[in-house]
Amino acid sequence: MSKVLMKGNEAIAEAAIRAGCLNYFAYPITPQSEVAEYLSWRLPEVNGVFLQGESEVAVGYMIFGAAGAGVRVFTTSSSPGISLMSEAISYLCGAQLPAVFVNIMRGGPGLGGILPSQADYFQATKGIGHGDCRLLVMAPASVQEAVEMVMTAFPLAEKYRNPVMILGDGLIGQMMEPVSFPDQLKTEPSNKDDWASNGMDHRKRDKRNLVRSLFLDPEQLNNNNLALRAKYERMKQEEVRFEAYNTQGDYSVLMVSYGTMSRVCKTAADMLKAEGIEVGLIRPQTLFPYPEMAVREAARKSSCRAVLSIEMSMGQMVEDVERSVQGARPVQWYGKCGGDVPTPEEIIDLVKRTLSPM
Amino acid sequence: MQSEVMFAGFGGQGILLSGKILAHAAMEEGYEVAWIPSYGPEMRGGTAYCLVVISDRPIGSPIIKNPKHLVAMNRPSLDKFANAIKPGGVILTNASLIPGDSGRSDVDELRVPAGDIAAEAGSPKAANIVALSAFVARSGLVSLDTLRHCVEDEFSKRPNLIPLNLKAMEAGIAAAKKS
Repeated sequence: MSKVLMKGNEAIAEAAIRAGCLNYFAYPITPQSEVAEYLSWRLPEVNGVFLQGESEVAVGYMIFGAAGAGVRVFTTSSSPGISLMSEAISYLCGAQLPAVFVNIMRGGPGLGGILPSQADYFQATKGIGHGDCRLLVMAPASVQEAVEMVMTAFPLAEKYRNPVMILGDGLIGQMMEPVSFPDQLKTEPSNKDDWASNGMDHRKRDKRNLVRSLFLDPEQLNNNNLALRAKYERMKQEEVRFEAYNTQGDYSVLMVSYGTMSRVCKTAADMLKAEGIEVGLIRPQTLFPYPEMAVREAARKSSCRAVLSIEMSMGQMVEDVERSVQGARPVQWYGKCGGDVPTPEEIIDLVKRTLSPM
Repeated sequence: MQSEVMFAGFGGQGILLSGKILAHAAMEEGYEVAWIPSYGPEMRGGTAYCLVVISDRPIGSPIIKNPKHLVAMNRPSLDKFANAIKPGGVILTNASLIPGDSGRSDVDELRVPAGDIAAEAGSPKAANIVALSAFVARSGLVSLDTLRHCVEDEFSKRPNLIPLNLKAMEAGIAAAKKS
């Protein structure tokens, strides 16, 4: 497969088309507006639908409608825009409809800034909307990985009939890297007869599909939530993905980091190795489900003295790291959240400080 | 081996494009590359810069405190980045807009009047291509044949601009040999 040099945002847009998604509704916001710019001319070329909504709230329900009709649909936004969509995301979860959301995060809270950030970790993994709803969340660390994750997001959303989120930071969206695209998929969800509310004509069965998230009967609502819970538990069994870096031999510190931040940590690990200090890295590729076992086992290695959660937020993923490590080792948070990505030199200092008093 | 090149200048000088053409050329030669733009609330006439990372192995941190090389198209860019460049790197300055030098004695400094050379070649707008070509000729990061191919490719949708840019490219290469 030949490689092309593409901006992350444009590659995400093209990947969605290659994944067979021909429906995109969005509202522009930095640092991901290139997705909409690209799709505004690219989707008409492939007979797709590009529509700029009047707000992110409206976009959320355009997604809801398209998903309910059984077509592949996605949107992209950045932090404040995702907040506005969160109501519709909860409705999608409640009605068990598949869709893909891409959040190219910027700093917050409020309008925050437009530079790279990972401050929406809690929102994506634990608090995307009201009610007992969750998203399957994937975090790319390169443009190529963003492409691959977008392409797997659609089948996963359909497998679980639940929204999937790609959580990237501004650098993933803005950076250009070489990418190659896998083959094109089918444009229609293979299991849509189970849920699409698109009329009775084309179906052989006479089952009526109803899109709804309202269950006034307590037993029905409880059953719906039990069904959702069963799906989220199944995700934990089947969808955990992570990368382990330099964890084969003995290491004195374990870093846990994802997205752009994990690349900085890798470089720091390489530079520390040259100085004779071994540091391991677990890079979660799925943030929900979280690679709890991988982090736990890596932290418990006898040579490991401390665990660092390194993130571009004020301490969010660290709660999942602590939960995974279960007190077996001291866990520390390190991060920055203004838009300056910590440098490898800062991480090296951090590791040395962590080791020095022990 | 990893090399990093900082391209910096005014918005509108084609800074991001120069970086993109170099990144494309390096990719064509089989290297791993990353192109990282400055994206803030930018405007025409404000500062613009981008970093190109070229490596023979997967690129870790795209955030680089001390790049190896600098192509500075205006004075504020030289002031901002000159001291960050690693010893032994190339600093190319656009002498058409920048009086004086970087003040560094441990780098390979190349002063090229890119604006004037581009104007002679047909348009001052091609100053970025003059500077890029002179930089590549001096640093040898990619071959000039690959660069030529990528310049042509970049302008393939506006083929009337290809002769001008190729002329600017040859003039840039010649300037690198002279200085």
